[in-house]
Amino acid sequence: MNRRIFMKRLAAASAFSAAASMFPGIIFAEEQNSNVPDGPISWKKSPCRFCGVGCGLLIGLANGKAVAVKGDPKSPVNKGLCCVKGYHSVMSLYGEDRLTKPLVRKNGRMVETSMEEALDLVADKMKETIAKYGKDSVSLYGSGQWTIPDGYVASKLMKGGIGTNNLEANARLCMASAVTGFISSFGMDEPMGCYDDIDHANVFVLWGNNMAEMHPVLFSRILDNRLKRGNVKVIDLATRTTRTSVAADRSILFKPQGDLAIANAICYEIIQNGWVNRKFVESHCTFKQGKSNIGYGLEDKFKFKDEAKNISFEEFKHFLNDYKPENVEDLTGVSAKDIKYLASLFGDPNKKVMSLWCMGANQHTRGTWINNLIYNIHLLTGKISEPGNGPFSLTGQPSACGTVREVGTLTHKLPHGVVANEKDRKMAAEIWQVPVENIPAKPSYHTVEMFRALDRGDIRFMWIQVTNPLVTMPKLNRYKAATEKEDRFIVVSDVYPTPTTEIADVILPSAMWIEREGMYGNSERRTQHFEQMLEPPGEAMSDTWQLIEVGRRLGYEKLFPWSQETHIEEIWKEYTRFHKGKKHGMASYEVLKDQPGVQWPFVDGKETKWRFNGKYDPACKDGGFDFYGKPEGKAWIWVRPYEAPPESPDNDFPFWLNTGRVLEHWHTGSMTRRVPVLHRAVPHSYVELNPDDATKLNIRTGDKVKLVSRRGEIVLPASVNQRAQPTRGQVFVPFFDEALLINQLTLDAFCPISKQPDYKKCAVRVEKV
Amino acid sequence: MPIKSYIAFPAKGQRSVLSKELNKLPWCEAIPAENKDVLVLVTDTKDQKEEDLFQEKLNKIKSLDHLTLVSGFNDPGF
Ligand code: SF4
Repeated sequence: MNRRIFMKRLAAASAFSAAASMFPGIIFAEEQNSNVPDGPISWKKSPCRFCGVGCGLLIGLANGKAVAVKGDPKSPVNKGLCCVKGYHSVMSLYGEDRLTKPLVRKNGRMVETSMEEALDLVADKMKETIAKYGKDSVSLYGSGQWTIPDGYVASKLMKGGIGTNNLEANARLCMASAVTGFISSFGMDEPMGCYDDIDHANVFVLWGNNMAEMHPVLFSRILDNRLKRGNVKVIDLATRTTRTSVAADRSILFKPQGDLAIANAICYEIIQNGWVNRKFVESHCTFKQGKSNIGYGLEDKFKFKDEAKNISFEEFKHFLNDYKPENVEDLTGVSAKDIKYLASLFGDPNKKVMSLWCMGANQHTRGTWINNLIYNIHLLTGKISEPGNGPFSLTGQPSACGTVREVGTLTHKLPHGVVANEKDRKMAAEIWQVPVENIPAKPSYHTVEMFRALDRGDIRFMWIQVTNPLVTMPKLNRYKAATEKEDRFIVVSDVYPTPTTEIADVILPSAMWIEREGMYGNSERRTQHFEQMLEPPGEAMSDTWQLIEVGRRLGYEKLFPWSQETHIEEIWKEYTRFHKGKKHGMASYEVLKDQPGVQWPFVDGKETKWRFNGKYDPACKDGGFDFYGKPEGKAWIWVRPYEAPPESPDNDFPFWLNTGRVLEHWHTGSMTRRVPVLHRAVPHSYVELNPDDATKLNIRTGDKVKLVSRRGEIVLPASVNQRAQPTRGQVFVPFFDEALLINQLTLDAFCPISKQPDYKKCAVRVEKV
Repeated sequence: MPIKSYIAFPAKGQRSVLSKELNKLPWCEAIPAENKDVLVLVTDTKDQKEEDLFQEKLNKIKSLDHLTLVSGFNDPGF
């Protein structure tokens, strides 16, 4: 058999086993092919490097290189499938300009040095800055692409060792509203359900979520279910017509920020039509009212604290009187008929409904509120915490949940609980073997405020790992200027040169993904282990080990006593002590190595698929529903009104600007733009216009268009009637292109509760160049 | 260029039509399941030009509902 025929057989065999995992009992006439020997390729399991779906992949290795990828048929996430990014993930290891040597700025130029010297310099600079300006002048900014051990070591170093809460991660920019939404409604973070809900639901309501491009494998699962089961409907509720809208059964377009009023109008209809699940609500819910007119965080040192006031069901009902569907048509752009249709789907007791959302709801100046409001709908109808019925907040990054949310690499968090809670600080101090006084009780800076502090000079040293803030920060011009100020020292650990490495004083080359051992945690509470499969290039080193090396140089040897060979296993053992018990127990290292991912709570050798429901969750009291994150075991239904965004189109800036991603590129494109096929597919950014607006402005695809906001301007090619179509009066620009930095135009307004910025709404002017 | 495999989902009742349409394309080998409405598709394109042409033709096939990727083999030189 020649080599190409042999590879085709292997490819067919992978598809046979994926099909067998999706359709048990499936028969192919040519299935004998599935027994093709693997030849020189050996296969090892790993979660995908890219998105938060967390597909299980099998990486084909030959001659010390990763040469092939297939979806792992044993993975319950993707059942043998993968998407175009997953398939190209191994190619992104081999870009020609991988960073392989540390670089240090000397007289304005970056010069090569050894890893030893570079790490010495980082530690010396940290010591010097702390001595001169205090421990709150140094900071660490990581990512939802940090592995769990990276995040754990970061937290131990900053909070347990140095004694500062200046630790943040880019997940603040993508998931913080999801977290505060969960905490305020249920008292505990992360979804109650899991991806298996997809196999049971009859209705999928997508809230501002272009799943076809952002969560492609899960979207395939939804479409497969629609084909297989027939009684499945997909409703795309969005501000823009995308590939998801085209594939959906119904596309409903709404005005930016209108989601708040839509959700309240749905609740109004549910109550008016008697669709409330009274028994569920009376037994398991309580009603609360928070503060209103809560601001937007536009000013430095902005402070806000919400307060929950008890209210009755009648008061809640009265509040909803402002949201009669007919009364919110203008505000939302959605007809009363469509709102009533949506409400009827939730209200039908014979339909199982799943809501799914991601950045549309989270990157929102009222992000926490819209999360609360979606929960309100599911709580009122009792459609929660059981197979097929569930609100499901999706994540964007492979370990936004596993690392940032569960390890807690945010200023206010600890691996268990929050810094403000004495019990949680004591637990951390005991496990870390440090005096409890080391851990400050007061959170310091969330991400936007951390960069503002760098600008003001309150922070003088910042170490950035696995993220590219010089592309992703909103109101970028201010924060770029901050990094370039006198007496600021910036360290960047990454795998490729980026606009962020450009402003660095020290660049540390990182080992990427399967070049080191680690774990990621995906959107459905699934932790996945991957072993080191490849040698990192040159002097590249894992982010975990870089942090340990610097920690030791700072005098914290006792905090990091592990050997290089076994440190990941030992970190896992130490970290999981924080989560012992039925509410968050995690699998052992051995189980993780063996399985294609394990969901927590992992109790007595069993995963918990649906939390807060005694049928599935051993932590529930009395076998029924128990929202045990809240002291009284009841979920909170919140009064959350519509409030306008801080900036809306006007005469000078008449268009909404919405930003986001495309299927082919991962975030800022630093990896995927190095994969020729992906780069060629979408080589540069563009501005999408509505065809009517384009005609009015005499703009055609490819024409140069200038976008101007109050903060900056940019010229980029137009796209009309191509991949997607914004509504009239709106433009959309993807953010992956470092040569066309759309965040120079965006606004750094954030949700006052989650502190997550809104990248979906600001005002711009559109000019044909 | 890579060899890839997919699971192909036909439009309602179009499994054998889809199988024929796919097998007509020079880069494709389509293997229908005996007892379910899906096909396994293996593709082999020589270069990017061929891959683009293939994608273009694929987009025009009406009997295809959607495709999901399963595997890809990048480097024939192992
Ligand atoms: S859907 Fe996400 S996790 Fe799955 S293969 Fe694609 S990029 Fe990777």
